[in-house]
Amino acid sequence: MGMVKDIDQVERIAEKLAEAEEIRGRSLWQDAMRRFFRNRAAVGSMIVLGLIVLFTIIGPFFAQWSNEEIDWDRMGDVATLGVPSLANGHYFGLDDLGRDLFARTIQATRTSLMVGIIGSLVAVVIGTIYGAVSGFVGGVTDGIMMRTVDVLSAVPYMFVIILLLVIFERSLIMLFVGIGVLSWLDMSRIVRGQTLSLKNREFIEAARAAGVGWFTIILRHIVPNLLGIVVVYATLLVPGMIMAESFISFLGLGVQEPNTSLGALINEGAGTILRGTLWQLGIPLGFFLTIIISLYFIGDGLRDALDPKDR
Amino acid sequence: MTKMPRVFFAGLLATTMLANPTFAANVPPGTKLAEDQTFTYSIIDEFTSVDPQLVEDVSGSDVIRDLFEGLFNQDAEGNLVPGVALSYEVNDTKDVYTFKLRENARWSNGDPVTANDFVYAWRRLVDPELGSPYSWFGELMSIENAGAIIAGEKPKEELGVRAIDDYTLEVKLSASLPYFPLMTTHASTFPVHKATVEKYGKDWTKPGNIVSNGAYVLTEHIPGERSVRERNPMYWDNEHTVIDKVVALVINDENVALTRYFAGELDRTGIPTGQFPKLKAEYPDEAISAPRLCSYYYNLNLRDNGPEYLKDKRVRQALSLAVDRDVISEKVLKGGQIPAYTFTPAATAGFQVPDVPAASMTQEERNARARELMAEAGYGDGLDVKLIYNTSEGHKKIAIAIGQMWKTTLGVNVELANQEWKTFLQTRANGDFEIARAGWCGDYNEASTFLDLLNSKSGYNDSKYNNPKVDELLAEAKTADDPQPLYTEIEQIIAEDVPIIPIYHYTINMMLKPNLKGWPINNVEQNWYSKDFYKVAE
Amino acid sequence: MSRFIIRRLLVAVPTLLILIVISFLLMQLAPGGPFTSERPLPPQVLANIEAKYGLDKPLWEQLLIYLKGIVLNFDFGPSYQYKDRTVNDIIAQGFPITLKYGSISFLVAVVVGVSFGVLAAIRHNSALDYAAVGITFFSQSLPNFVMAPILIIIFTWWLGWLPGGGWNGGQWQYLVMPVIALSTSYFASIARITRSSMLEVLNSNFIRTARAKGLPERTIIWRHAMKPTMMPVVSYLGPAFVGLITGSVVIDQYFGTGGIGRSYVQSALNRDYSVMLGITILYGGLTIIFNLVADVIYAWLDPKIRY
Repeated sequence: MGMVKDIDQVERIAEKLAEAEEIRGRSLWQDAMRRFFRNRAAVGSMIVLGLIVLFTIIGPFFAQWSNEEIDWDRMGDVATLGVPSLANGHYFGLDDLGRDLFARTIQATRTSLMVGIIGSLVAVVIGTIYGAVSGFVGGVTDGIMMRTVDVLSAVPYMFVIILLLVIFERSLIMLFVGIGVLSWLDMSRIVRGQTLSLKNREFIEAARAAGVGWFTIILRHIVPNLLGIVVVYATLLVPGMIMAESFISFLGLGVQEPNTSLGALINEGAGTILRGTLWQLGIPLGFFLTIIISLYFIGDGLRDALDPKDR
Repeated sequence: MTKMPRVFFAGLLATTMLANPTFAANVPPGTKLAEDQTFTYSIIDEFTSVDPQLVEDVSGSDVIRDLFEGLFNQDAEGNLVPGVALSYEVNDTKDVYTFKLRENARWSNGDPVTANDFVYAWRRLVDPELGSPYSWFGELMSIENAGAIIAGEKPKEELGVRAIDDYTLEVKLSASLPYFPLMTTHASTFPVHKATVEKYGKDWTKPGNIVSNGAYVLTEHIPGERSVRERNPMYWDNEHTVIDKVVALVINDENVALTRYFAGELDRTGIPTGQFPKLKAEYPDEAISAPRLCSYYYNLNLRDNGPEYLKDKRVRQALSLAVDRDVISEKVLKGGQIPAYTFTPAATAGFQVPDVPAASMTQEERNARARELMAEAGYGDGLDVKLIYNTSEGHKKIAIAIGQMWKTTLGVNVELANQEWKTFLQTRANGDFEIARAGWCGDYNEASTFLDLLNSKSGYNDSKYNNPKVDELLAEAKTADDPQPLYTEIEQIIAEDVPIIPIYHYTINMMLKPNLKGWPINNVEQNWYSKDFYKVAE
Repeated sequence: MSRFIIRRLLVAVPTLLILIVISFLLMQLAPGGPFTSERPLPPQVLANIEAKYGLDKPLWEQLLIYLKGIVLNFDFGPSYQYKDRTVNDIIAQGFPITLKYGSISFLVAVVVGVSFGVLAAIRHNSALDYAAVGITFFSQSLPNFVMAPILIIIFTWWLGWLPGGGWNGGQWQYLVMPVIALSTSYFASIARITRSSMLEVLNSNFIRTARAKGLPERTIIWRHAMKPTMMPVVSYLGPAFVGLITGSVVIDQYFGTGGIGRSYVQSALNRDYSVMLGITILYGGLTIIFNLVADVIYAWLDPKIRY
């Protein structure tokens, strides 16, 4: 690993030094963004994800059936008549009840993307700040905060969901609340663990010595150094949320028929394997997988980009 | 399947008894039996108890029917055949029954089964101390003082049963009930061994402690996984029992159960919704469909604070007409379910399904008439309706299909909502719904077990339907010599009033290995006894 | 350190108490009760049953009686749904089962996951990295409720190698499929966190120093990089292990093992209050213990950490 890559680089450095006063400072974030966009896999994944989002927006214009209409003529024998075909307008075939899987997948993907991304964001924001504060402040505060997390993790989650349903009635917002309630707990533990290590590092000591307030230290110094792990864990959370939604729907709080989600479609598809209607599992699973893989590369790209020490 | 008026039951019993003295496995002569006589089947969930007076669920009752024996059993057609009781006599007013018990019935520890065992068990059923969830069955049987004992007003010793001697049981009813003997096949009425119950308390049903008088004894029970029952050599008819061992495996997912059936691990399993035709085509002698004594219907909330649109009879009729029951039965469920235009299933003993107008129209005619009615009622432009059901694939599919039918035919917008079981029950009980899914299985094989639900005072009348005429007819039917005309009238009234929308009558759909013989396909209550089965060599 | 551990164990008691109270209240608030049934019980019968179980007493009294039972007799109460069994029975039977296949799955997931993660990080952006990550996608793509029925179809029906479910005392044939289904759920997360963490560690200054000193790569990885790498992994594993036990519902459902995961979910759906509370206390206790273990391990991994 040499210090200087090649002659070109040397020349460029020389040029830049010459224009020293005219250089506009480049912030670390800009650096990170540049590194990110140079990562082909990450950019490719963003495009794929963008395409999926586009699909959910434009798709309905191509759908010949709505997501709730039952194709009465074909519903009696989905295994043979429900196979995906361009001819009869059921591009993705039929679901087990005789409804168009294309329209349903579009709507399901839309719902699941929202659930996954918003749920993840909530977990990241709340979990990171909570965990970082807990780890940094330490002592009794850390004790109380973490024991609270312990209690919240052990509380029977199902009753929380049932009560939410009873008190607030079913709605998309309640679904997010239901997922958000639990999702930040694990994140906060991971962040706290990392913070315990980070807070003993020299640069934090330096910041303290310089008199920077504790919350500012957390926001400006601790959190950016956590982002690598946070981003990776956040991308891991998304599939979990998509699946959690189907459990919540089972309890009655989630998305209601005729609306559906990828988790529900996969669940239904898994049950019909024996009937030979493999597209009912394959198609939603395919979308699910594509989303996870894209998010992985994006997350990895972000991690690489944000890691201050990666070359 | 009997269609004889119940007045003849006692006589029929006497004659059958003379003609057919044994009722266990009827193995035709010359049949080669399999070496391994073990019957393995799947249950969807762990049963609640094997204590006859505490059991609440069907799979528990199935086990208890093998472990214990009541006064009467059922044969393959569902007719009463002697169990511990050999015969009975009834007085003219049909409110005192005297049962003669056999003298060779034994508990698994050798003790004789006596009338006192029944007295102990029945008192236990209504005892507030035990708090049996089925104590209401004691009241349903109309045993004298049952209600008062449950309410804590009288001691349980005052229950209207007594042992005249060791082998004679006398039951006094508070009202005349001609079909009383039918109720003695119910698990709640089975005897228990007093000394064992008193010695072990709550633990008396554990393998090793349990003493039972049926064809089998419980030898293993791992909750959530499996239970095993094995031949009871003390059973009075043990020589006719062929199956040595019965294993019940707990498999929560019906698709996995089906896979394991194909893998050869099970002799019997259920069929997931909609799978029947395919399985029937591929395995014609293994896929079975037969009528059951249960109805599936939608409750319409007729309470005063219920939705406005349901108060109009025309709307209710329209909603009922617009349901294409043939599509539900043939394209959604596909298990041979019987479309229902009336409440009581045809399979009910002695029942004639009345003709109602809706049953003989074509679906186009029904849809047209439904549209007319909705327009007349002022909802020609559409209506918003809420439908709730408890979480289940089957209920969901039916609700979606019916919702779509209402939408395309009547322009009705249906908001579907599923709720988990307890929340659903509570919502329904509180009357917090517009339309709710419901199902009802008969407690005994006679039409009143269904029609009594429509009584305005019935605790199971979730619609809160209140029609004094129906109440009157139901009361009359209890004592009538031939209740059929009264039942017909009741069914016609509710077909007109539509307090409930009947959708279909259940069938039992299962996969059964062809070498297992003796399954009572024609018994609509599906009361099966392992002692009646045998496995032939393949 | 021992003072720290003792302090934490003492704090566990009020923590558990708060958990019990909150859970107890939550359950009572949910609609329906253990005896809400399809055939609504006549009011008198319902009153009898509630009196028998002491459910007619005021809430605070019920709670006290419950706590007294635990503290004095270690008796967690009767099950309302399964009339023949007590909570102690249910937990004593189900917990060892879940623990056994859970621990084995956990071990498999950790060993395989960490190995994959380390390998991928060492060979960052190489074919090995992509292959390892690709495998994690595969295991994530088949959530365990999809994988379980497929495993049964393959191994029980088509191949006939393994029994389709059951437990039979925990013999190895009954463990294979549950372990495969369960460990693959966790393996992807463990591998990715390990990989990401190791990548960061490998770029840090002290590793650069070690490399500059000329230490062999293997020593660098095992002696210097592993400990800091494991920090976030350990944070994840603590709750993950407890989660294995709750998350094993799917395994119990599809493989009929009789484990405690399913009892937990069913007790909530059945409003079987005492079973629910009993298992909640168990989980609470496990969560506290495992987080304590995780904190102790942090201190070992990073000597600068002080509590």
